Amino acid sequence: MQLHSFPGGLALPHHKQASLAHPLERCPLPPALYVPVGQHQGEAGRILVEPGQAVRAGQPLTLAEDDYQVPAHAPCAGTVVGLVQRPASFPPESYRRCIEMVPADEACSDWDDEPGRRLPDWRRCNATELVDHLRAMGLAGLGGAMFPTAAKLRGDWPSIDTLILNGVECEPWIACDEALMRSRPEDILGGGLVLAAAVVAERIVIAVEDPMEQTAQALERAAERLGIAERFEVVRVPAVYPQGGERQLIQTLTGLEVPHDGLPQDIGLLCHNVATAAAAFDAVEHGRPLTERIVTVTGPGVAQPRNLIAAIGTPLSWLIRQAGGYTEHARRLILGGPMSGTALITDEVALTKGSNCVLVLDTAPAEPATSMPCINCGFCVESCPARLLPQLIYRAVAADDYDQAAELAVGDCIECGVCARVCPSQIPLVDYYRHAKGEIGLRALDQRRAALARRRHEARQERLAAEQAARARRRQARAEKLREKSAAADEIQAAIARARQRKKSAE
Amino acid sequence: MEHQPAAMPFARAGAPHLPPRRRVSDLMFRVIWALLPAIAAHAWFFGWGIVVQVVLACLFGLILEWVMLRLRARPAQPFLSDGSVLTTALLFALCLPPLAPWWVNATGMLFAVVVAKHLYGGLGFNLFNPAMVGLAVVIITFPIELSQWLAPRGLGEGLPGLIETVRAIATGHVSNGPAWDAISAATPLDQLRTGLQSQFLVSEIRADPVFGALVARGWEWVALASLAGGLWLAWQRVISWHAPTALLVTTLIISTPPWLLAPDLHYSPLQQLLSGGLMLAAFFIITDPVSGSATPRGKIIFGAGVALITLAIRRYGGFPDGVAFAVLLMNMLVPLIDRYTRPRVYGHPR
Repeated sequence: MQLHSFPGGLALPHHKQASLAHPLERCPLPPALYVPVGQHQGEAGRILVEPGQAVRAGQPLTLAEDDYQVPAHAPCAGTVVGLVQRPASFPPESYRRCIEMVPADEACSDWDDEPGRRLPDWRRCNATELVDHLRAMGLAGLGGAMFPTAAKLRGDWPSIDTLILNGVECEPWIACDEALMRSRPEDILGGGLVLAAAVVAERIVIAVEDPMEQTAQALERAAERLGIAERFEVVRVPAVYPQGGERQLIQTLTGLEVPHDGLPQDIGLLCHNVATAAAAFDAVEHGRPLTERIVTVTGPGVAQPRNLIAAIGTPLSWLIRQAGGYTEHARRLILGGPMSGTALITDEVALTKGSNCVLVLDTAPAEPATSMPCINCGFCVESCPARLLPQLIYRAVAADDYDQAAELAVGDCIECGVCARVCPSQIPLVDYYRHAKGEIGLRALDQRRAALARRRHEARQERLAAEQAARARRRQARAEKLREKSAAADEIQAAIARARQRKKSAE
Repeated sequence: MEHQPAAMPFARAGAPHLPPRRRVSDLMFRVIWALLPAIAAHAWFFGWGIVVQVVLACLFGLILEWVMLRLRARPAQPFLSDGSVLTTALLFALCLPPLAPWWVNATGMLFAVVVAKHLYGGLGFNLFNPAMVGLAVVIITFPIELSQWLAPRGLGEGLPGLIETVRAIATGHVSNGPAWDAISAATPLDQLRTGLQSQFLVSEIRADPVFGALVARGWEWVALASLAGGLWLAWQRVISWHAPTALLVTTLIISTPPWLLAPDLHYSPLQQLLSGGLMLAAFFIITDPVSGSATPRGKIIFGAGVALITLAIRRYGGFPDGVAFAVLLMNMLVPLIDRYTRPRVYGHPR
């Protein structure tokens, strides 16, 4: 395959070996699990369980009513305690609704399949049946964004010819996909076939970083073993951050750009994380809903870094304990990678389907006071993979000129953090762009509200005018009637007078 | 068992969580390092003057910077140590005649630091290159002082010593030593301009020993040292290649054809490149990020524009060298250039 490249980007130290040196292992169940109800920013599904109810492993806890809802399932047998608010990773100091459940004694997260949930003849299923099944199994993007898989597979776009399986873990430290590709290459390929069948795509491309030569060969051998090598192509892409970004990977593989207001599906491509493919395989072959994932627990602040297969809903503190606990250097707790992850205040946050890495750093964040004014050095321009002018957007946002920021396409920023990393003035640029996006969104909302209020005001004015006119009409009518009445009275008086006259004259 | 860190809750800041690769002061001090070869070459060919001018300019610059930071209620330490005012001072001093009196130096630095930099908002906000503002002001204010250059080493009656140099800069006139006429000389560019205007041929003008072996005795080595420092900066990725390449290529494209057609009537391309301040401008002045263009294509236009205006001033203007004015004119156009050279954002229509 002829490779292309994306503009900018950064070569970063890998640090993947820190966690890969230890074999992949299953994390024991914690004393209590906190399964998030709403996995995606969309609506949460309807809750199906009651406090005190005993649940089987894999039993649905919530019900998805459309493709944008992702059902949650019980990661093991146990008892539901109730609905609780637990700290969420984002926004900071926010909470999210979780179903608290206590695992049963002897319960294990590695439970047997339930034959009734399997879809063994999935090859004969049509796309709709497959997508419905994957939705019921609670599949969401495991790369980090947790986008509902069903919503990604079903849409009214033109035909999709290539499925891209993204195994490019471009952020330093994160190694969960690498651990998965090493341990279950066949399942990833099998899941790739399922996902390709769900969108009727012919070609499947698996992209891995070129330092992962062993993994690439393992995937190729697995494809040979399964006799499906002609449908798969394993592509080694250069290890440049953010190569694993969907839009950057597509540009590298095809030379095409996803339209800025569109989706990869618009250009006939579909991109899924390799872990999502493995989950799709589990869902159809084993009837296993998505209740666990591999998470990298690593960093200089963790005693024994490793990759763990952990149940969704496991508190991060429990994961860190399994990795030997904190070292005395632990200063910062990051959910995700060091470039685009979220800094957490507390380790009480529970594992979600999108949590790929728990990173504990030994350095304190830079003091805000140490940042200098922007000197327009242009390092950010050279390294921006979206070809933005980060320093001009920063200046616009700093001056509260959100129209200018929007015109400079701040909305196309992928928040990869490369600009802030190369900034010699140490300006937290991504914070500015997030703020601007939020502000622009709020302004659009305000404008919609203002338009609505204006319409409402106009309608009220019209209604008041109509009422006034009606009142005036009624008053006029009454006055006329009154006038008529008084005219009648005059006539009566005249008649009486005439009668009296006649009487008088008769006397 | 597990060790709970003392700093709970954890520190929180926005992504990315990696420390930045470089700091502003790191960039500025690399620029200063890269200027040292040019300063050394200057000192070798023209004596102690440049050293005294650099020391004075740095001194004036730091004092003025400190005063302005105090007046603007800004923290002094980070801005005094960021190296930006020292870079300005070095570039300005490199453009002064070696024996220019101290008040010329002070006036230039006053306009550079106070007017061009701080009155526009300080580091990062100046629209014009501070060193070039200072230089333009002294070119206009002190035309005589700015035209009195020393003859390079090996010509004239020898260079004045350190004490002689300090005295000349302190008092404004040369005394107790060789006569001013004996040690001063017009620069090669000046000779060419006045010579061509008086209908001399280039070959006749070039008979003068100030032209040296290549194109300008002494000057050519200062220019080559600037080139070396500049290439090092580009290799260190402190400056981007766009503006210097555009300037040098434009200079060659414009000056080569007329020179090929009539070598006796026109400056040679090498003459243009290696005399005066063009090479210094290419790598150290038009690469000033703050007052330059923000976009890659804009940097190319900026560099080409500076070359075009400099060559025009050299040929037709009233000054022997026009780098300062060319840079200031292009500084004015930067907002316009930036407006029309924005790169196409990912996913937007071609």
